[in-house]
Amino acid sequence: MTTAMTSAPAIRVDGLHKSFGRTHALDGLDLRVAAGEVHGFLGPNGAGKSTTLRVLLGLLRADGGTARLLGKDPWQDAVELHRRIAYVPGDVTLWRNLSGGEVIDLYGRLRGGLDAARRAELLERFELDPTKKGRTYSKGNRQKVALVAAFASAPEVELLILDEPTSGLDPLMEEVFQSCVAEERDRGRTVLLSSHVLSEVEALCDRVSIIRKGRTVESGSLGELRHLTRTSVTAELTGPPNGLATLPGVHGLSSRPLPGSQGHRVRLQVDTDKLDAVLRSLGTSGVRSLISTPPTLEELFLRHYQDDAHADGAVAR
Amino acid sequence: MTAVTAALPARATRPRHLAGTGALLRLALRRDRLLIPAWVLALGLSVAGMGASFEAVYDTAAQRAGLAASMNHNGSMRALYGPVFSDSVGGLVAWRMAGFGAVLAAVMSLLIVVRHTREEEETGRQELLSAAMVGRRAPLTAALLTALLANALLAALIAGGSVLSGRPAAGSLALGLALGGTGTLFAALTAVAAQLTESARLAKGLTGSVLGLAFAVRAAGDAATAGSGSPLTWASPIGWSENLRPYAGERWWILLLFLAATALAASAAYVLTARRDLGMSFLPARPGPAVAPRSLSGPFGLAWRLQRTTLLGWTGGFLGAGALFGGIAKGAADLVGGNRQTREIVERMGGQQGLTEAFLATMTGLLGMVAALYAAGAVLRLRLRGEETGERAEPVLAGAVGRLRWAGSHLALAYGGTVVILAAGGLALGLTYGLSVDDPGGQLGPVLAAALSQVPAVWTLTGLAVLVFGLLPKATPAVWALVGGCLALGWLGPSLKLPAWAMNLSPYSHLPKLPGADATAAPFLWLLALSALFAAVGLAGVRRRDLG
Repeated sequence: MTTAMTSAPAIRVDGLHKSFGRTHALDGLDLRVAAGEVHGFLGPNGAGKSTTLRVLLGLLRADGGTARLLGKDPWQDAVELHRRIAYVPGDVTLWRNLSGGEVIDLYGRLRGGLDAARRAELLERFELDPTKKGRTYSKGNRQKVALVAAFASAPEVELLILDEPTSGLDPLMEEVFQSCVAEERDRGRTVLLSSHVLSEVEALCDRVSIIRKGRTVESGSLGELRHLTRTSVTAELTGPPNGLATLPGVHGLSSRPLPGSQGHRVRLQVDTDKLDAVLRSLGTSGVRSLISTPPTLEELFLRHYQDDAHADGAVAR
Repeated sequence: MTAVTAALPARATRPRHLAGTGALLRLALRRDRLLIPAWVLALGLSVAGMGASFEAVYDTAAQRAGLAASMNHNGSMRALYGPVFSDSVGGLVAWRMAGFGAVLAAVMSLLIVVRHTREEEETGRQELLSAAMVGRRAPLTAALLTALLANALLAALIAGGSVLSGRPAAGSLALGLALGGTGTLFAALTAVAAQLTESARLAKGLTGSVLGLAFAVRAAGDAATAGSGSPLTWASPIGWSENLRPYAGERWWILLLFLAATALAASAAYVLTARRDLGMSFLPARPGPAVAPRSLSGPFGLAWRLQRTTLLGWTGGFLGAGALFGGIAKGAADLVGGNRQTREIVERMGGQQGLTEAFLATMTGLLGMVAALYAAGAVLRLRLRGEETGERAEPVLAGAVGRLRWAGSHLALAYGGTVVILAAGGLALGLTYGLSVDDPGGQLGPVLAAALSQVPAVWTLTGLAVLVFGLLPKATPAVWALVGGCLALGWLGPSLKLPAWAMNLSPYSHLPKLPGADATAAPFLWLLALSALFAAVGLAGVRRRDLG
């Protein structure tokens, strides 16, 4: 599809299945993450994001399908792989009697070492006191402990797996986090970022995958995903609209005359790949003003998340 | 707005400190629906049922009088159980349980109160509750009421059960109230500790130390003064429990002591709780190091760091218990020597080579069984499985750490720790006994070897626990039942005259009674092989199963 896909992917998952009793957490999930990209991993609660990440970490064993991480099997080669992976869970639990600094060092040593200078710099940037004991940290500060350990990891680490890593961080710290992820990308690391903070995804991710009910429903760059959705158009025309209603891909057309003139105001939504024909048609009527709004990321996700809700409703009925 | 407030009567603006107590109490009872009945039934029934075993062994008044006289004559036995105030069957039950039963009731209260006060704050659950219509004093009140209810049930069960087995009503009631009263007092003391410390563990440790001190003060008092009424016993609530003298001219006014002390401690807890913020404590947490020491660099370093305090505590406990048993061993043998039936029992349970050796064998066996609580319970159930369910194992295993190395690090402490604590117990037992017979050099070796001979049995139970952890992780709490079952077989099996096949279910039944008996390598090798097999299958399960 894109040039990134031609190089060996950092993560390649095909038809992954995982059940817990009668619950099908993963139902044929696919995922491709190219080496060196920041990949957004999105989906409503309970869609199977954390299950996927825990399969990728070799903590859960898949029932079916294949998963390859950096060219290796996450279950068989777990230990070898983990030297090259740093993981940040969404809910960091610390040992109550170990200090934050001790836990950062421990996590680092369990991987392949820490960059001491980077550790000190990150502690400063995240404004984290490493001498406090695990039980006294707030939620956000516990996240920072895991984030510092991941971002300061030794150069052997090629892949960062971040599961809702910024939950509990304040907006300032969120900014620090975003600049850290950008630095990681510049250093050539691959990042798989599961998140509900859409502005964060929009700012950081080269490509995203949206999953729902254990299956991938959409995958591509944000531009590609936008292409698949509708653009809102509001236009003031000097004359009456010409044949807009009959154009393919036009939805929710409304048109009313503007008082005191020959003009009309037209509102419509159009499938983004049909935008060209609509603009031509508007041009024949004479355009006085035009507002075209691309779909926001929120709209993109809401569409999928709501589809999910509707699908649930249908099943319930 | 101010005008309205001023116009209202003071009553309407009075803070409702106890609001929500009822709801919290129901929550606590719902959460403790297994814990409280298990404690109350186990403790209550063993106290109420103990009379039967005294009747079986000492069936004539003369024998009981002989037992009482020799026990009262022996300082080390007085230290352990306190004096015998009456040689009736009830009096003997009270002698045996007024102290020990009170300690157990106090432990029950300690667990209940910490669980519903400091632990709730530490986990952050209390925050959510207190944000609702819950008054400032409601959580403490609900916890104390829960403990009070448990102790009341315990007292009622002991009193009722003892009366049903034919003991006098007044003494039965006094015995129940002695245990229930001590339990309630320690509930209030725990409530104070829960205000002082920041963690639930520390609160338990603090109250546990007070309890240990209370027992030691009572033991010292009873050891020092023959007969009754050492002033030191009045300094300890455990002493009050025995001084209530159930079945021996009950001193009911001692109940007022319990009442006053409980009221005092509870008031202190309420004063403290009003002066602090939610989640805060009076003993502040110290900061830790900013960087990890060299030793904290792998799964074993982590396991050692997390468990070293536990191991240290157990080692200290075994040293103390060994010294105590060693100190009374000589006297204990003199004592049972005077009674034919007891001598037969000890010989049957213990060894063939003489009463002292039988006593020492019984004590090393006791140490061996308790060691299983450490290996299978404290290490495997609480730590290893706790790391997994508490989501602390996940980031460790996301490092370059194999599952076997992770589980193995904790298990190394279980297996190695077993040897350490048994060696500590055997060392203290052998030394103190050796000193008491002026032959420390000759006694230390055999007694130490006897204590270490327990290791294969402990390891077998630990292996079984690994098996459960690996194959049926959700059933890991059943490890307590496994260990408890073996302990019960060892303690009650001989007097219940259980068939051999039932006794053989316990790995301890296969050990020779050391010191004294002839030891062959076969049973040890069998147990070691079985232990290795269990552990291997369990670890294979750990490698294959989902974690978390």
